[in-house]
Amino acid sequence: MKIESDLLYSKNDEWVRIEGDTATIGITDYAQSQLSDIVFAEVSIEKGESVEAGDCIGTVESVKAASDIYTPVSGTVTAVNEAVADEPEIINKDAFGAAWFIKVEIDGPIDNSELMDAGDYRKYCEEREH
Amino acid sequence: MFIPHTESEREEMLKSIGVEKIEDLFAAIPEQHRFPKLGMLHGMTEMEVSAQLKEMAEANLSLSNAVSFLGAGAYYHYIPAAIDNLISRGEFYTAYTPYQPEISQGTLQGIFEYQSLIARLTGMDAANASHYDGATACAEAGILAYHQFRGKRKEILVSSGLHPHYQSVMRTYLSDFDGMYMISPTFNSLADVTPQKLIDAVDENTAMVIVQYPDFFGQIFDFTELAEAVHAKGALLCVCVNPIALGLLKTPGAMGADVVVGEGQPLGIPLSYGGPYLGIFAARKELIRKVSGRIVGQTVDNRGQKSYVLTLTAREQHIRREKATSNICSNQGLNALTAAIYLSLLGKEGLREVASLCYNKAHYAARKISELKDYEILNSGPFFHEFVVKCPKPVEELQEHLLEHGILGGYDLSGSYPVFENCLLIAVTEMNSKQDIDDLCLVLKGGHHHHVH
Amino acid sequence: MCTKPTTGNEQKTIFELSSAGRRGMRYPKCDVPEAELPSGLLRDELPMPELSEADVVRHFTNLSELNYSLDNGFYPLGSCTMKYNPKIDEKLSRLDGFVNVHPLQPIETVQGSLLVMYELQDMLQRISGMDACTLTPAAGAHGEFSGVKTIVAWHQAQGHDKRKVMLIPDSAHGTNPATSAMSGLVVKPVPTDARGNIDLEKLAPLCNDELAGIMITNPNTLGLFDEHIVEVNEMVHKAGGLVYGDGANMNALLGIARPGDLGFDVMHFNLHKTFATPHGGGGPGSGPICAKAFLADYIPGPVACVLEEETEEMPPLYGLKMPEESMGQVRSFWGHFGVMLKAYVYILMEGEEGLRRVSEYATLNANYLMAALKKVYPLPFDRPCMHEFVLEGKLPNAPEVRALDIAKRLMDYKFHPPTNYFPLIVHEALMIEPTETESKQVLDEFIEAMLVIAKEAEENPQLLHDAPLTTPFGRMDEVKAAKDLILTA
Repeated sequence: MKIESDLLYSKNDEWVRIEGDTATIGITDYAQSQLSDIVFAEVSIEKGESVEAGDCIGTVESVKAASDIYTPVSGTVTAVNEAVADEPEIINKDAFGAAWFIKVEIDGPIDNSELMDAGDYRKYCEEREH
Repeated sequence: MFIPHTESEREEMLKSIGVEKIEDLFAAIPEQHRFPKLGMLHGMTEMEVSAQLKEMAEANLSLSNAVSFLGAGAYYHYIPAAIDNLISRGEFYTAYTPYQPEISQGTLQGIFEYQSLIARLTGMDAANASHYDGATACAEAGILAYHQFRGKRKEILVSSGLHPHYQSVMRTYLSDFDGMYMISPTFNSLADVTPQKLIDAVDENTAMVIVQYPDFFGQIFDFTELAEAVHAKGALLCVCVNPIALGLLKTPGAMGADVVVGEGQPLGIPLSYGGPYLGIFAARKELIRKVSGRIVGQTVDNRGQKSYVLTLTAREQHIRREKATSNICSNQGLNALTAAIYLSLLGKEGLREVASLCYNKAHYAARKISELKDYEILNSGPFFHEFVVKCPKPVEELQEHLLEHGILGGYDLSGSYPVFENCLLIAVTEMNSKQDIDDLCLVLKGGHHHHVH
Repeated sequence: MCTKPTTGNEQKTIFELSSAGRRGMRYPKCDVPEAELPSGLLRDELPMPELSEADVVRHFTNLSELNYSLDNGFYPLGSCTMKYNPKIDEKLSRLDGFVNVHPLQPIETVQGSLLVMYELQDMLQRISGMDACTLTPAAGAHGEFSGVKTIVAWHQAQGHDKRKVMLIPDSAHGTNPATSAMSGLVVKPVPTDARGNIDLEKLAPLCNDELAGIMITNPNTLGLFDEHIVEVNEMVHKAGGLVYGDGANMNALLGIARPGDLGFDVMHFNLHKTFATPHGGGGPGSGPICAKAFLADYIPGPVACVLEEETEEMPPLYGLKMPEESMGQVRSFWGHFGVMLKAYVYILMEGEEGLRRVSEYATLNANYLMAALKKVYPLPFDRPCMHEFVLEGKLPNAPEVRALDIAKRLMDYKFHPPTNYFPLIVHEALMIEPTETESKQVLDEFIEAMLVIAKEAEENPQLLHDAPLTTPFGRMDEVKAAKDLILTA
């Protein structure tokens, strides 16, 4: 299981990369491995829309499971990655890289209280593995 | 009755479980509620129950002993003998849902062929494995529209020509559904039930427009312009069909429909006092993930053989739970198979023939009735095999009179529609001979026809 | 015909078998003058297959032989109650007087059908300990929808605008939360405790003034009768909520306990499970609901009733009526009459004593299997079960073998696999429901197969990963099916 050290993580297995006032959001390697072969992905919001932390921004589906994706931060969507819908298998291959879902321009300081750092997220995943 | 255990087997089994008697297995049930008396009769043998049921069946008037012009959403058609023979195979009717594809290819390929036939018949890209009936298929179409617009459009615009039961069922499904609501154009006569009324009413709040084809009153319209108007407002068009009519008529797909639903009962399924029937559901491919219910897709097995599985299951309740597209779990498996066999047997020519027979006989009947004094056909435009007759007296009276002559005269519209006072909805199929129609006219006229069925 | 022998089991589709100009069905010549067709409203082409009757019969016969069915063998599918389907049901449901009856015929001409419905309603009320019944729902999930909407309609009539929460135990079928969501309710899960009961401590704070009700499957999907069911139902009632009973597992309770006595307010039956009507390869089912008297006016309709009481000269006149405050109509016409008829015949044949025997022997069979299998397969909740039980398909000495592998390997022993990966609260669940119609011989053969498979799992796990090997088809590529999406021929 890959966990990248410089990202923040949500309880719903999204990752957030903060660069300046832009947050990039995707789902974690742990999430993709739990879903197994992803056959469908969809981003359900468009560039320019504003989102609140906790809003549903998309869906991923494998043959046996489905999962909604929520944005952990609030702001305005500045980019949507079409590639995840066109080639959902990239989520399995490169969850932290090519398979980002959206970029959000953050309005104001982000609320970190619900997010984990890499160490805590690793523990969180291990707990669920029992 | 169907329990195979002998006494000694039972004793052996109890011993291996480690209890003395069967009753001991029910200790978790509160004693005061354990083993209640139900107040039922003693069991009957096969011979006894056969005799009783035969008597009950004979208390009904079977359409095989009458002349019927009843339609209104359920139609009496000839069912080829091969159908019952095939669907009576235990391998089909005693099988479970095909969740284990390795040992369910019969059911799966049957559904795949059903989906293919329905897609071809309606002119759509794909169909699901069926819903309960035409009414619930309409309701599920409304829910699809809700999801398509993520709840941002709340209005379903319904033609007044949609079957009253379907409207009623849609209302049940959409009440308490995040503010969804239905509206219909008002109408004062049959001449008001047109696509133009819907073109005038569709707007940016409309999620979906639902029309019926032929409509409840038998009318047929080309919905191409309606489809354009609906799409111009960004909404979806759903057409609810009678599949037999599509043996002749232009497909909803060719008119630009996004979703096609319908009652599949006419495709070889007996009337059975209202069910089980078959809810047809087809859609454009862009919408397929929003469609609820089972869907079969083609794949290969690990031996390289072409084969079929239930697919897109992540939409469904067993995976999505409260976020599923619908709570539907079953499909009308055996009835979908029936429809597939029916369409295969009739084929291209047979289906066209049966549709033509319905059309020609209905038009003959309409013409003959219109020639009767004081009777008027209200359909002014094209219709398929059903039409509205304005009668000189209350339909109930007429029906009693007709029934005395062994004729079920049609559906009394005055009950559901105040504007259709004294109006009778008459359906004609290939089961009605010219003689039947002439007899109907004779009795309507007030005379007595020459033989009683 | 092929010129060389074939070994595969692939079947051509009806479209591939089609030959232009071939006919399978002919109609009599039209005996009326032809009417003019509405030009502009006709279809250009009708791409239907063209086959002879023999082509069609052979094709579907060949397809049928690729199916496993109850008539072929044992189907220990948990929560599905795959019991033997008596042949007399099929025969009687095909009587002309039942089959060729239009739903809108005058009621005087359908008294036989209405009597079947009226009596079946009464039977289901007696079995459930309820006061009202509607037969209209088309399937179990449709019954759930009808029952939950009945609860919603009742709350609305009482002015309980705040009551929007439906509690659902974490062991529940997926239809329960899906149904509640469709009915405008907010779903809150309730955990299961270590004995497999609803966790009372976790339930208590959820019983508040937002509560609309709770949906309970009892026995639950672990096959366990909730030991605190009366207490649970009292807690919910005290908080102002209603109790919905998911009747999926009623095969355990016929003549054993009535949900109405235990505090349930409204419930559905699955006629295709409990009362032996065939599953038809996925349907049609039938999901009548029964309710307590205070809900009788709110259930969907129409329901069969007596319109005119019996007199000395005349039998009663049966009819249909809509309950006064009904939550509405849930489908066209009156329900799956053809399915009701089979359930009616089955209940008549079982009678008072037979019904109790059904549940007794279903429970005996399940406990017998459980006692034998728990020696090898982990049993997470070890207490007497009702009509079914749940094992873990995870063997201590075969870590890489999963429930799916065991399920697939069973096919090589000519058994249908148990339900797997449900309920969700058991890891690698194998859910086994033998039903009462299986004999000790069949159960013993199944036990033996399960024990052999456990040994194979340790010695040759690859065999299980590759299974099934003897079926006409092997494991399917489900990922390909979902990605390529070929939905029509």
